[in-house]
Amino acid sequence: MPQLLPTDVLFFLTLFGLFGLLVYSLGQTHLRRPWQKVFQSTQAMVSLVILIPYLLVAVADSIRLEGALVPQAGEGPVASSEPLSLLDLGLQRLRLSVEKTYSAPLQVELHAREMVRLPDGREIWSTPRLRYGGSHLIDPFKERTSDLFRRAIKGFFKGALVWLMLTVPLLAMVVWWTGDKRRVLLDIALGRSRFPWRAVLLAGLFLAMVVGVLAEWAAVYHVLGTDKVGADVLYQSLKSIRTGILIGTLTTVATLPLSLLLGILAGYFRGWVDDVIQYVYTTLNAIPGVLLIAAAMLVMQASMARHEAAFQSLALRADVRLLALCLILGLTSWTGLCRLLRAETLKLRNLEYVQAAKVLGVSQSRILLRHILPNVFHLVLIAVALDFSSLVLAEAVLSYVNIGVDPSTESWGNMINTARLEMAREPVVWWSLASAFCFMLGLVLPANLLADVLRDAFDPRRVS
Amino acid sequence: MSAYLLRRLLTTVPLLIGINLLTFVLFFVINSPEDMARMHLGQKHVTQEGIAKWTHERGYDLPLFYNGEAEGLEVLTKTIFVEKSLGLFLFRFGHSDAGRDIGADIRQRMGPSLAIAVPSLIVGLLMDISLALLLVFFRLTYLEVWGAALCIMLMSISTLFYIIGGQFLVGKCLQWVPISGYDSGLEAIRFIVLPVLIGTLAGVGSGVRWYRTLFLEEIEQDYVRTARAKGLSEAKVLTVHVLKNAMIPILTGVVVVLPLLFTGSLLTESFFAIPGLGSYTIDAINQQDFAIVRAMVFLGSFLYILGLLLTDLSYMLVDPRVRFQD
Repeated sequence: MPQLLPTDVLFFLTLFGLFGLLVYSLGQTHLRRPWQKVFQSTQAMVSLVILIPYLLVAVADSIRLEGALVPQAGEGPVASSEPLSLLDLGLQRLRLSVEKTYSAPLQVELHAREMVRLPDGREIWSTPRLRYGGSHLIDPFKERTSDLFRRAIKGFFKGALVWLMLTVPLLAMVVWWTGDKRRVLLDIALGRSRFPWRAVLLAGLFLAMVVGVLAEWAAVYHVLGTDKVGADVLYQSLKSIRTGILIGTLTTVATLPLSLLLGILAGYFRGWVDDVIQYVYTTLNAIPGVLLIAAAMLVMQASMARHEAAFQSLALRADVRLLALCLILGLTSWTGLCRLLRAETLKLRNLEYVQAAKVLGVSQSRILLRHILPNVFHLVLIAVALDFSSLVLAEAVLSYVNIGVDPSTESWGNMINTARLEMAREPVVWWSLASAFCFMLGLVLPANLLADVLRDAFDPRRVS
Repeated sequence: MSAYLLRRLLTTVPLLIGINLLTFVLFFVINSPEDMARMHLGQKHVTQEGIAKWTHERGYDLPLFYNGEAEGLEVLTKTIFVEKSLGLFLFRFGHSDAGRDIGADIRQRMGPSLAIAVPSLIVGLLMDISLALLLVFFRLTYLEVWGAALCIMLMSISTLFYIIGGQFLVGKCLQWVPISGYDSGLEAIRFIVLPVLIGTLAGVGSGVRWYRTLFLEEIEQDYVRTARAKGLSEAKVLTVHVLKNAMIPILTGVVVVLPLLFTGSLLTESFFAIPGLGSYTIDAINQQDFAIVRAMVFLGSFLYILGLLLTDLSYMLVDPRVRFQD
């Protein structure tokens, strides 16, 4: 039985909405040139190749099934009490192979020494073997390196194979579509094609190989080590993707209606409407962002505490808090876009075609919908793209200040927050922090690079 | 000129009132003092008497707007709105939920905040502007392309990593400076160096990009072409002409944040254990001390509005077009 949490539903609605907007804008004549520019940009398309797997993981983590079967030690599979997402089910092994405590990446022993009782009754000070990580090895000191190497090669080829299976039909379609086979393939090979096929395919190959190696290793090792309670860090990092992407996208759902409606109304009607709206956003803007978010989150926590009984499960409670965080972030960040939209509408309303529509007796709501709204689309797109990465980064900071997501929700912010103290341990436990760093950078950097291209393509002031 | 300034001054009054009302609604209407008490006293084992005692000790048991039990003017003044919210206008912050005098705390913690924030601002500004000028100097070369890419890279890393990484590298491995803490007088310098350096590094990506766009906008102006036509070297064009004219947006951008330097940085102060206003706020959030958060929200907004006023003033000083408008 599929079961959806509130954020899952909203997340899918948002994705459909954004996708619909994208399809709509691709069909608009005045947006064709900027889109072409984006699609021909190597930077944008390679970023997209990296972003799409992230999105897929987030989607897989948002489809939940109730009563899924979970293998149990000793006896047969048992139906789980908590709803599990497709990602959980796919990574069943990672989720369930919980060690005793810290272990370093790809290691077969615990990180710290402890008392071990030998079979003959003596006790020695040593690092015991892991329950799951590398448990297939008989003599890990001799076999581990060669085993890792063998598996890496295997993963490499598996990744390349998957890539080939996707690439060959794709290229065949491109060639079939364009006709001149030899020239097209030569262009692609030399990187001369208009759509940056070569860069995209190479990025895909690289990604497929990395994923292949990781998957091959993850089948028997803890690739990124384990944390204090022995949970797999790779699994945590993957689960955190959903939180990051959710905060980046759901927040715009709260932002867009407010800033679109208020910005366009203020710019179009001017007069007292403008005064009131300007007053509202200047007031909100005057309050330092973090403080406003902190105040709103504190108030929200207090009211959630009052309605404790309304939440049936801890998962639901954490989910409502995540949703509230998105809404609060949205309520505090709509002012920037609203101001831009107001200025743009002020400019548009005096242009000839709007004046002409007015003289022809077109109704005001129609002018707003048909003549103003499509022409501020580029501002919305740029704002959404730019905000996404800063929101993902903001999540980490807010979690550190304890006003972010629920401590039980997997997120990079929570990972960093706990890892902060681990850096002071001796010997240093660095892998949680490093994993959060890599996974965050892997999302934020392509997002920033893509936003950069989008801004260059769509901002008319930057056309040179 | 003074009429312009006066008009700007008057527009801040409704803003301050709006902020005051907003914080009041947020902290007392949406969320009743009883919820606060329950949160503080723990959810499970809380009695009605406990809540009544807690709210009475902190003066939260008064009515919101109208006190029917009082006499004369006290009908209006003996209320939460007047006692807790209007007092903020006179910087009477009252006592925190833990019973400390917020006003005294703020005065005492301003110093350390400034000691970190002012050097951070100056060093960061110098660094950002000089690097941006360099990028513009080498524009249309590979150096610029990779420089810009590096900026995006630096921007994509969370501030938390800069702080944790810097503390680990400089404080723990190299042991050049203490990891965290604070001291009074000149001794404080040892503790200030690392936060300032890390703050600069964390801001350099977005800062350089921002100043670079400012410079690139200036560089297409006619006067730059004239300067080049006169035979000035590119370095001179950039430092004398472009930088000087870009100073207007740079200065006004800086002036806005000047008053906010008082409130310090939340993250830096709490990571480096600096007893400033930033760590004060973080502690208040962690302890769920609503009174302090309320005071800091108002103070922060007030300082921001002050920054807006100062920006107007600085526009008037540096840009004659504004000065002679009316």
